[in-house]
Amino acid sequence: MMTQTATKNDQASSTEPSRFDHLKQSARGSIQQLLAFASLIVIIAVFSFLSPHFLTANNLISILTAATVTGILALGTTFVIITGGIDLSIGTGMILCGVMTGVFLTYWGWPIWLGVLAAIAFGALIGFINGINVSILGIPPFIATLGMMLIASGLSLVISGTRPIYFNDTPAFGDIMNLPIIPGTRFPLGVAFFIAAMVVAWFLLSKTVLGRYTFSIGSNEAATQLSGVNVRKWKVIIYTVSGLFVGLAGVLAASRLSSAQPTGGLGLELEAIAAVVIGGTSLAGGKGSIIGTVVGALIMAVLTNGLRIISVPQEWQSVAVGIVILAAVYVDMLRRRKAA
Amino acid sequence: MSTTTPMNGAREDHAPLLAVRGASKAFPGVQALGNVDLTVKHGEVLALVGENGAGKSTLMKLLSGIYTPDTGKFELNGEAFEPSSPKHAQELGISIIHQELNLMPDLTVAENIFIGREPRRAGFVLSDKELRTQTVELLQRLDLKLNPDALVGSLSVAQQQMVEIAKALSYDAKVLIMDEPTAALNDAEVATLFDLIRRFISPETGVIYISHRLPELPQIADSIAVLRDGENAGAASMAETSNSQIVALMVGREIKVEQRPQPPAKVGDVALRVDGLSTATLLKDISFEARRGEILGFSGLMGAGRTELARAIIGADPMTSGTIEVNGTAKRIPNPATAADLGIGYLSEDRKGLGVLVERDVRENIALPSLKWFTRGPVVDMRRMDKAAREHVEALRIKTPSTTQVVRNLSGGNQQKIAIAKWLEHHSDILIFDEPTRGIDVGAKEEIYGLLQQLADEGKAIIVISSDLPELIRLAHRIAVMADGRLTATVPNEDATQETLMEYATHATTEAVA
Repeated sequence: MMTQTATKNDQASSTEPSRFDHLKQSARGSIQQLLAFASLIVIIAVFSFLSPHFLTANNLISILTAATVTGILALGTTFVIITGGIDLSIGTGMILCGVMTGVFLTYWGWPIWLGVLAAIAFGALIGFINGINVSILGIPPFIATLGMMLIASGLSLVISGTRPIYFNDTPAFGDIMNLPIIPGTRFPLGVAFFIAAMVVAWFLLSKTVLGRYTFSIGSNEAATQLSGVNVRKWKVIIYTVSGLFVGLAGVLAASRLSSAQPTGGLGLELEAIAAVVIGGTSLAGGKGSIIGTVVGALIMAVLTNGLRIISVPQEWQSVAVGIVILAAVYVDMLRRRKAA
Repeated sequence: MSTTTPMNGAREDHAPLLAVRGASKAFPGVQALGNVDLTVKHGEVLALVGENGAGKSTLMKLLSGIYTPDTGKFELNGEAFEPSSPKHAQELGISIIHQELNLMPDLTVAENIFIGREPRRAGFVLSDKELRTQTVELLQRLDLKLNPDALVGSLSVAQQQMVEIAKALSYDAKVLIMDEPTAALNDAEVATLFDLIRRFISPETGVIYISHRLPELPQIADSIAVLRDGENAGAASMAETSNSQIVALMVGREIKVEQRPQPPAKVGDVALRVDGLSTATLLKDISFEARRGEILGFSGLMGAGRTELARAIIGADPMTSGTIEVNGTAKRIPNPATAADLGIGYLSEDRKGLGVLVERDVRENIALPSLKWFTRGPVVDMRRMDKAAREHVEALRIKTPSTTQVVRNLSGGNQQKIAIAKWLEHHSDILIFDEPTRGIDVGAKEEIYGLLQQLADEGKAIIVISSDLPELIRLAHRIAVMADGRLTATVPNEDATQETLMEYATHATTEAVA
C-alpha cells in the first residue's frame, strides 16, 4: 500500500524521485524486513522479561554462535531462493564439506589454510554440480538438489567410514570457530566469520551484477533471457556461490566440535530455508534481502535459546518455530495481497 | 543517441529503412508465413493489420531473431539483416515491444532499462549512480514522466509500456515494432503514446505499428499493410484507404458460398441472462441473453475479452458488477462448481490443459464432474460409470475402441466429444464452447457442428466462442461481437457477413478516438 502511494505521488509531481522513494529503493521489500526486525525485538523483549538469564552478554554470544552455521547456509541459499529456485542439499552438503576437511587435514596432512580453502572450494563444486543439473540439464531445482542431498549424505558416510574424523594432528583447527577474539568475553572467531559472510553476501546481492541478475531471473526469467542476459550461465554461478557458503559452514561446524561428524545435517537445509522465508524472501522468487535473512536466522536462534532458558521442553521448541514460520509467511502474503 | 536529430541527407538513395523480401516460415502442419514482402520507408509509421493467425506475430518473431525464416531475407538500410536473438536484433537497430511486456516487476525502472548492460564501476561491481544518471538523461530526452527508482511492478500498464519504449530507444533503435500497444491503454494514455511515436520518428527511423483498432490508425500511420493467412493481402497509403477497404482485405474477397445454420427448431425461454457484467481488468458493462434451442456465437479479435467473459460467468474470475440470471432467477456464481450445479458447462479452448484429463480413460473423463452420483459410500461404482460412458460414446458417436481407452490416444474431435459428454452427463443445459473446433480436422468439424445443432434442438442453450468467422456464420443463430472488453453488436445470422463482424470487432473505439 505504502509503496504504491509513493509511486503514484511521484508520478504526478515530477521525474525527480522523492526522498521517500529513495528510502524504498535502498531497502527492497523493506516492510517485511521491518516486520521481521520488529518481531525479533519483541521476542527478545519478551524473553528478557521472562528470564534474567536471557539478556546477558554471554547468552547473546551463545545465540550468535548457535546461529552461525545455519545462518551462513541461509545467506548462500538466499541467492538461490531469490532466483525462484530451492537448494535442499545445503544441510548434508555442509556435512560432506566437514568430512572433506577431515580428509584434507587428518588423512592427507595438508596445512590448515589449504585444507580449509579446499573444503570451501569443495562446497562450491557441489553448488556448481547443482547449477549444471538445474540450469543446463533442466532438472527442477527441488529434484536436482534432493538428489544431491542424498548423494552428499551417503558420500559423507562412505568417505569417513561412518566414523567421526578427529583433528588431533591439527589442534589449531578448532580455533577457526572457537577462538575468543574479544578479550574478557567468549566472543568466538566463528561469529566474526559469520559477520564477514553477511557483509560479503550483502555486497554480492546489492552491489554487483550477480545480485542484479539474481533478482532479475527470479522476477521474470524469460524477460531476462530476452534482454540478452545469459541466464543459464548466471544460474550456474548463483548455485556455485551458494555452495561457497555451504563449504564455509561445513568448515565451521567441523571446527566447532574439533571433529568432522559424518551424520546429521539432514533438516538443517529446512532450518536455513525457514530463516530465509521468515526474513521476507519470497519462495516465488524476485524478492528478498540479506538483512532479512540475517534477522530470520537470529529469530530462529533466539527462539530456540529463549525457550530453553525459560525451560520449555525441546519438543515444544520446534512447535514454536513452526508456528513462527507460518505466521511470518502468512503476514507477508497478507501484505502482498493488499499491495496487489 | 542521435535518433531525434534530423540528419543531413547523407543516406543511400532508394534503399528503404527496412525491407522484408519473400519471407516464409512453416511450423509442423502450418504454413505460418508464405512469401511475405514488407517495406518500411524512412520516417514512416507503417500499420500492420490482419486477423488472428494472419502471421503478424510470426513476422515479428522473425524480425526479432526468435525464429529464423525458412526462406527470404531482411534488409536494414540496404544491408543484410540477420538477427540471431532479440538482443542481437536490438543491437542492430530493431526493437520490438511485445504485447506481453518483457519486464521484471521486482526491479526498478532504471534497472529494467539497462538490464544486461548495466553501468559498472569495476569488474562486476555495479555503479548505481551512473545507472541513475543515464536513466534520468534518457527519460528527459524522451520527455517521459517516470521515476527511475520506482519498482516496475507498482506501475500502471501504460507506464510499464513507457519503460519498454524507453528501453527500446536506449538501444538507439532505427525501427521500432509495436504489437497492439494500445490494447490496455485509455484514451489519454493512447494520446501520450502517439506523441511519443511522433517524437521518435525522424528521417532515419521508422515504426511498424500492429493494431486491431482500425479507427486509430489514420491518426498515427502513414501507410498500411495487410496480412491474410500468412500472405500479403495488400498495402496502401493510409490516407487513401478506408476502414471498410481494410476490413475487406483482412477477411479476403473470395467469399465462398457460405453455409448457414438451420433456423432453430424452437426458440425457448431465456436460459442465461447477463446484465451489466464488468470485471476489474477488462470487461465493461456486458449484457446479453442466451435462449434455449438457439446457438449464440461470440466473435471478436484476440484480447477482446470473450474467454474472460466465459470465465466471469462461471465464477472462475470475480466480476465487479452486474447480475446473472439462470432460468429466470438471479444467481450468484462464486466458483465454477456452483456454475456446474446450475447446469452451466464450460468447454475450454485449452482442451488438453483444462478440458480433458489426457492420461485418464474415457469413462473417468465423462464421469468426472458427476462423480458424486457414481459412488456407493466412499467407493466409486465403476460398472455404473462404464454404463453411462457407453451411452454417451454411442449417442455422440465417439470413436474409441473401448471406454477404458486413455484419452491421449484419441483424435482431437473425439476428445472434444468426450468433453461435451462430460457436461451432458452432468445434466448441463447451458453449454459454453470456447473455440470448439480449434485443432480439429475439417471432417470432424462438421460433425461437431451437427452435434451442437442437435444439442440446441434438444432445448439446450448453446454459446460458441470462436475466432473463425466462417464458423460462426455457419453455426450461430445470433452473433455477439466483442471488442476491447465491450459488446459492440449482436447480429442476427441473416445479417452477418465476415465484413460486418470484422467491422464491429475493430470499430469498438470509434467514438473514443475520433
